[in-house]
Amino acid sequence: MLTYLIRRLFAVAVMLVVIVLAVFCIFFLIPKWTGTDPALMFVGKQADKEAIEGVREKLGLADPVLLQLLEFFKGIFVGRDYTGGGDTIHCSAPCFGYSFRNEQEIWPVLTDRLPVTLSLALGAAVVWLIIGLAIGVLSALKRGSLWDRAAMTVALGGVSLPVYFTGLISLALFAYQLGWVNNAFTPLEENPAQWFSGMVLPWITLAFLFGAMYARLSRATMLEVMGEDYIRTARAKGLREPVVIGKHAMRSTMTPVLTLLGIDLGALMGGAILTETTFSIPGLGQAVLKAINERDLPLILGVTLITATAVVLANLIVDLLYGVIDPRVRLA
Amino acid sequence: MSDAADSAAGAQSAEAAAGEPVETTKASAPPSSFLEVRDLHVHFPTQDGWVKSVDGLSFRLEKGKTLGIVGESGSGKSVTSLGIMGLHTVGQYGRQRPHLSGEIWLDGKELLGAEPDEVRKLRGREMSMIFQDPLSALHPYFTIGNQIVEAYRVHHSVTKKEARRRAVELLDRVGIPQPDKRVDSYPHEFSGGMRQRAMIAMSLVNNPELLIADEPTTALDVTVQAQILDLIRDLQKEFGSAVVIITHDLGVVAELSDDILVMYGGRCVEYGTAEKVFYEPQHPYTWGLLGSMPRIDRERTERLVPVKGSPPSLINVPSGCAFNPRCPYADVPKGGVTRTERPELRDLGGGHYSACHMSQEDRTRIWDEEIAPKL
Amino acid sequence: MSALTAAVLVATAACGGGGGSEDSEGKAAGYNAGVDKVANPSDKKGGTLKYVGVQDADSWDTTRMYYGFAFSFSRYYSRTLVSYTGAPGQKSIELKPDLAKETAKISDDGKTYTYTLKDDVTWEDGKEITSEDVKYGIQRQWAQKTLAGGPVYVRDVLDPDSKYKGPYEDKDGIDAIETPDKKTIVFKLPERNGDFEQMLAMPTNAPVREDKDTKSKYGLKPFSSGPYKFKNYTPNKGLTLVRNTEWKRGSDPLRKALPDQVKLTLLTNPDERDNRLLNGDADLDINQRGMEAQGRQKALSQNKENVDNPQTGFISYAVFPKSVKPFDDIHCRKAVIYGTDHKSVQTARGGPAAGGDIATNMLPPVVPGYDKGEDQYGQAKNGGKADIAKAKEELKKCGKPNGFKTTLAVRNTDKADMKSSEAIQASLKKIGVEVEIDAFDGAQGASIVGVPDTVKRKNYGIIIYGWGPDFPSGQGYGLPLWHSDYILDSGNNNYALIDDKKIDDGFAKAIAEEDPDKAADTYAEVNHEVMKGAYYMPLTYLKVVQWRSDRLTNVYSADAFSGWYDFVNIGVK
Repeated sequence: MLTYLIRRLFAVAVMLVVIVLAVFCIFFLIPKWTGTDPALMFVGKQADKEAIEGVREKLGLADPVLLQLLEFFKGIFVGRDYTGGGDTIHCSAPCFGYSFRNEQEIWPVLTDRLPVTLSLALGAAVVWLIIGLAIGVLSALKRGSLWDRAAMTVALGGVSLPVYFTGLISLALFAYQLGWVNNAFTPLEENPAQWFSGMVLPWITLAFLFGAMYARLSRATMLEVMGEDYIRTARAKGLREPVVIGKHAMRSTMTPVLTLLGIDLGALMGGAILTETTFSIPGLGQAVLKAINERDLPLILGVTLITATAVVLANLIVDLLYGVIDPRVRLA
Repeated sequence: MSDAADSAAGAQSAEAAAGEPVETTKASAPPSSFLEVRDLHVHFPTQDGWVKSVDGLSFRLEKGKTLGIVGESGSGKSVTSLGIMGLHTVGQYGRQRPHLSGEIWLDGKELLGAEPDEVRKLRGREMSMIFQDPLSALHPYFTIGNQIVEAYRVHHSVTKKEARRRAVELLDRVGIPQPDKRVDSYPHEFSGGMRQRAMIAMSLVNNPELLIADEPTTALDVTVQAQILDLIRDLQKEFGSAVVIITHDLGVVAELSDDILVMYGGRCVEYGTAEKVFYEPQHPYTWGLLGSMPRIDRERTERLVPVKGSPPSLINVPSGCAFNPRCPYADVPKGGVTRTERPELRDLGGGHYSACHMSQEDRTRIWDEEIAPKL
Repeated sequence: MSALTAAVLVATAACGGGGGSEDSEGKAAGYNAGVDKVANPSDKKGGTLKYVGVQDADSWDTTRMYYGFAFSFSRYYSRTLVSYTGAPGQKSIELKPDLAKETAKISDDGKTYTYTLKDDVTWEDGKEITSEDVKYGIQRQWAQKTLAGGPVYVRDVLDPDSKYKGPYEDKDGIDAIETPDKKTIVFKLPERNGDFEQMLAMPTNAPVREDKDTKSKYGLKPFSSGPYKFKNYTPNKGLTLVRNTEWKRGSDPLRKALPDQVKLTLLTNPDERDNRLLNGDADLDINQRGMEAQGRQKALSQNKENVDNPQTGFISYAVFPKSVKPFDDIHCRKAVIYGTDHKSVQTARGGPAAGGDIATNMLPPVVPGYDKGEDQYGQAKNGGKADIAKAKEELKKCGKPNGFKTTLAVRNTDKADMKSSEAIQASLKKIGVEVEIDAFDGAQGASIVGVPDTVKRKNYGIIIYGWGPDFPSGQGYGLPLWHSDYILDSGNNNYALIDDKKIDDGFAKAIAEEDPDKAADTYAEVNHEVMKGAYYMPLTYLKVVQWRSDRLTNVYSADAFSGWYDFVNIGVK
């Protein structure tokens, strides 16, 4: 188990290095090969000759590629300095780059916004897991009933309707019309009650989108599991039906649900762009959208790395959880 | 002649009254037998129509005795066993729900008309079941011990510790080495034979009075098969339960059964003591089964006689003898019986019943002259 | 946003009533109460003024900022030698002494500007602001390598050959600015420039103290010389200003500085911004670009008393690059101007309130020299209708009697521009001119339409763009657009590639003129020449639908800030 964990963590580290290399290539080398000045991409909108020259000096773009790459990695582990034009900018470790557009180190931006995105994703996941599983399981047990068909139609709607549609309608109705919840985001550390009130709609909106997928998945899995021999065995023991479903069937149904959950949460760490934009939640999605609009490449780069890391880690966690759920999976 | 053989008389009378799926009166008197099935019909709804998996089956069984139900797959053997356990209708709603009629009496209680929760309380305690494939029948995510403990505690309010002790005891009894350690193993960590032993331990944990073994050895190696059958036989002696063994393998029932019921197309085609059915079988289908049975005790000198053709459709059951299309002796003169007439179970004497239009003389002659020498 | 969502939102809004405005004390000042007059005049201090926005400043570093709203906002925490009058409309343009005791003493040759600083002007740590600080602050605009972004007019005037390397690489400072003592500062211009004092009023020339200069990070927490200082700021999230207790009210007659606190919250969704304004969660949109269609409709129909509809300094226009055939021929250019249905363009831009009046010439109304009668192509006279007969006549003269094909380039980031291009396409079809629309990435404008070679290669015969004055003068507005010296290989703004001696001479004359009225007359002539050359087809003089909450006092739009509000004088009830 321990050797397995060490091996997997090592694989994660290798994966991340590969991702960093790929990102480095995309942002530094490919522009160079295609004849675009990488400095132009980092300087933001002020494509002034001197400004570009300043950025070029600070990024050390005249240095050999290997040295640049070394600096790039050095920044992540021990920090680095950007020097040029009589100015020195220190970017402390872990330095995931520096935004010349907003004059910000990227890492603090990420650590500032990641918890917000995390709270959005996790809160929504709780909602969608409860609702999605409940609907999916009930539909499976009453397969073909009116309830089943109605629930699956709503689920189809959930998958198809865009977040900005459901989000804006729920905002208009519940926040502005009825005043049940806050329309504005409040940081958790400022006022937990206000934070909760402001997060309810984003959670539900995001959960509506994902819950539908979970309902469909858990329904399909449940249908399959209910036909398994061991369910018949459980019944033959004289177990009550709620125990048969709640213990024996649910345990098996959770496996694919967890896989999907891991992938979804990992991907959401890059930011739920639409939800964050619709509800003005200052998470990573909002930051990356802004960064794309403003050509703030270092921030895009930083979020890319965070997302890639989150996806890789989420996969590792899912694999570890497999070992917990399914004893047949040997973690060795 | 055994007690069980006598019960076939009841089967005969019920059969005579049976037609298409009908609601038999539930007011009929409780029988004296431990287990009695009267005119059981199990019909499943499909898009193409009702599948009549079991279509009028009756039999009796006393405690301490073993009944072997034999037939090809699709003959209705397993459906019958699940019907007794009341497992067809659990968790089935609306259009998927199968239709059951007839009577199932267990120890003086009628099960088909009983409250579902009453039947549930009997399951696992008074009647329990061993399934064909122990790998798929055991939940892969729970330990063997956990699953046995669960089976025990659902019917006994005891602590987990006590239940565990009981589980270890049972595992030991079914011959699992180091039961106190293996109790915490997962099914996938057991070999096939061990799994089936564990399954048997689980089914016996509540000292059931009726044990149904549905193809208990089919998924196992030949060498292990014998061990499991020995185990079932020993346990039956020890626990004194009534046992129903369901199999397509006549060899299995030959070792264990007191009586044998041969099923074809959802109905009984031959019934009798093991001795009668083996040495004086009176139905061409039984001959076919015997012919396809590998015998260890005898050098096989001639080729096996398989039952040619495939089992009949259970949706559009043809009138007349269901076996007729596959019967090698369909051309034998039946003395005025029309093709659309269904053969009923007839008492051949000595608790031996058979459903065939051929005269007993013809059948005895064919068996003696054509079939027996080849086996 | 889908039409369906819009409909639902409007419907719920209609039964929801006016939101938060109903229960607050006192009604709003009335429609256009902040245009050419002061809405809710008051001297009441205290409270928190809440701004909301969807766009952060390009930088809060006075040297690096270029966005109009940032210019206005910078007056909260920075002062300049001279600054604008705190009054509505045109009056705001008049320069008043700010850090200086009085406006410049200008030498007879017009090349030497001398200022003396007030005695009681202080930094946020209580130290006095010296002439050295002013010089250092101005010199920072030479350090473009580190502090890119802001306008560099003063640099271009004082050091036209860019000899000085900026304070980070040359500690000695520039010779053109002298500080004989700590209260006196002298500017020595190589050439006369009548707008020099206007340039000095831009926040780019605010003082910065060398020991507080954090260089590229200065914009994250500028050191205050004004009535407020930064409490906190997170880019793209928001900021809070609190009172600078070292600021002396007596030294600063230009700033009312009423609220105790100024807060800015940055969102991403403009509809959400409008909701917060309509709901009373926020007082004012810092970006000042006007409301979105839904919010605008709701505001105008239910809370019109909260709305101002001021004229801004911005104009939207179509321009015909001479390098692209057949626009090298003036008659083809004229044909397009005559052939366009200007009314339909105005409608496409949102009608008179949101889109603005039909523009008839290239000078915006807030720039001195604007002449309403300047309408050479009868764009207003004909009620905005196309003059098909004249257009066909011009086509004949240009040798294309049956019309021609061309490509129109438009920013994909500007909805109104996109819609205008479709209106132009539709009206030109009627005179046989087929227009293919090419929407380019708005954020990349400087490297697409700003590169004449690209324009020629892509065959952009018509480009739609917008423009506003950096400072309220013909120089601050027209020079980059029309002067031949400003034709650049990249980052070009003279899209038409105008190279006209008459125009260049006009600029020279106006710039050297120290009497603003005379200069304005000259700019009017330059404008006339530009229109005569048919280089441009002006579309509309932009107006905005601006929300002003019930709580606000002293709100007015000022020409000095391109028609936007003068933030530093706004108070809350």
